[in-house]
Amino acid sequence: MQPATVDNGASSSGSPSNRSRARAGLAFASPAVVLLTLFMVVPFGLAAVLSFTNRKLLSPLPTRWVGLDNYTDVLGDSGFWGALQNNLVFSAIVMPLQTGLALLLAVLVNQKLKGSVLFRTIYFVPITFSLSAASIIWLVLLNPSGMLNTVMEVVTFGAFAPDWLNDPSYTMAAVIIVSLWASVGFQMVILLAALQDVPKSLYEAAAVDGAGAWKRFRNVTVPGIRHQLFFVATITMILSFRLFDQVWIMPPRPGGPLDATNTIMVELVDTGFERGQIGKGSSIAVLFFLIVLFLTIFQRKFEPAD
Amino acid sequence: MMASSRGLNRKMLVAYGAMGLLGLFFLFPIAIMVIGSFKSDTVVISDQTSLSAFDPRPFEAVDNYRAAADTGNYFKSLRVSVVVSGVVVVGGLIVNSLCGYALARLRFRGQRVLLSIVVALVIIPFEAIAVPLLLMMSEIEWTNTIRAQFLPFIAQPLYIFLFYSFFRGLPSELEEAAMIDGAGPYRTFWSVLFPLAKPAYASAAILSFLYSWGQFLWPVMIARTEDVRPLPIGLTFFRGQPPIQWADLMAFATMMVLPVIIVFVIFQRQFVQGVATSGLKG
Repeated sequence: MQPATVDNGASSSGSPSNRSRARAGLAFASPAVVLLTLFMVVPFGLAAVLSFTNRKLLSPLPTRWVGLDNYTDVLGDSGFWGALQNNLVFSAIVMPLQTGLALLLAVLVNQKLKGSVLFRTIYFVPITFSLSAASIIWLVLLNPSGMLNTVMEVVTFGAFAPDWLNDPSYTMAAVIIVSLWASVGFQMVILLAALQDVPKSLYEAAAVDGAGAWKRFRNVTVPGIRHQLFFVATITMILSFRLFDQVWIMPPRPGGPLDATNTIMVELVDTGFERGQIGKGSSIAVLFFLIVLFLTIFQRKFEPAD
Repeated sequence: MMASSRGLNRKMLVAYGAMGLLGLFFLFPIAIMVIGSFKSDTVVISDQTSLSAFDPRPFEAVDNYRAAADTGNYFKSLRVSVVVSGVVVVGGLIVNSLCGYALARLRFRGQRVLLSIVVALVIIPFEAIAVPLLLMMSEIEWTNTIRAQFLPFIAQPLYIFLFYSFFRGLPSELEEAAMIDGAGPYRTFWSVLFPLAKPAYASAAILSFLYSWGQFLWPVMIARTEDVRPLPIGLTFFRGQPPIQWADLMAFATMMVLPVIIVFVIFQRQFVQGVATSGLKG
């Protein structure tokens, strides 16, 4: 038993109170430990093991080791690379767009004009929508003769009104719009909290030095919230690799049309669940985890220093 | 003097203009959903080309909501979602806060190792373990059950870490005083720590509720028949095959988001704080 570290004189190592604290420590931690082991550690280990087998969900044939076959299969399949490319495109567009829009919204709301709180509420409400509900609602707006195209036709004088969900060139754009709508409020709130922590004295000093609004934004605001900006940008990137709900629900068929919105998660569910190929699906899961791990290490390593 | 105040007014005008235009982007879909749920199926799409998109006529709200409830099995799905989210949120608060407290304040064998394991597990997304978990559930014949939908999500490394950070930040004098008074670890936790930790509980509750209520990938794989379909799956099944009954679908979606919006309006401050907390770095 480890010695107690509480030095309050009333308790010394080995006293009943310390023993009861040690017992309490184990008792308090154990429900979480049991659940994490059963539902996280074991399946995570299983993913690694199964990825080297031909395990099927339902099959009369015995499971056997297949070495790296699943990995060579997946990595030799153009479907997987197409999915990865779609994820990268989605990520490359959504990360700057969502971070930028969140920053714009946060700065606007942070001016504390009359009604700011109302606008903050409006921008935040979509957070309460499940992505599935958001996807279904946006199907109405993204219809060829839907609200979005009605606005588009006015703005572009009728030059631009695509069939968002059936034309493969535009489906990913449609998915991006819905994703922005449904989740930018999250990033806005995080950045808003950061903005409110930037010391006012810095702004006053900059104003005394004659810095205009843009200069103050560049030299005071952005450096003042760089931690949260970096966090928001990188977490958006990491989360974007989980893209699934919208591309499963919105297109005429999941990942469609013509694989234009096929993602790694669609490949995972299609392989591991729809086709019941647990082994191959596990290898996709392992590859997905390696991508997330790489991005997380990148995030921790390049975090801006104080 | 005049110029400066006019400059200020112009700046305010630009700010309001920008906020208003952006506001429309966020509000239109919600308006379309609610108004669409009131009117006839046949005009939901065709009305989109004009301002009649915002006209709830021809009014057929009763039919639409009845269809969502009867044909769409809304209440069956609601029950599943409430049970799953309820267990995940309440169970998660208990399990994760106790573990976070033990890691932060109590001393037991393997504590350090457990802390590093929890930190490492934060990185693992659920999606990376979904396929082997599906096999496990299938082996013990738990597919198509409600417990398979909540059990894997109760213990969450992220919330354990959140509670751990919170309890670490509290001064230890309070507990020590309680212990000198003769309170055991259980009573100390319940009467001293728990009341102080309410903000952390609110954050964890809100984040885990939003996540749980919106769960989609796992129920796609595990919930097959209508009596175990949570709302997101119920909604997509209700969409079914063309021709889509748009108004009925909007009625289902409205009933699906309404409870959350009501909770949000009541607890707006905690909501915003809870989400902002998720961005705080330790």
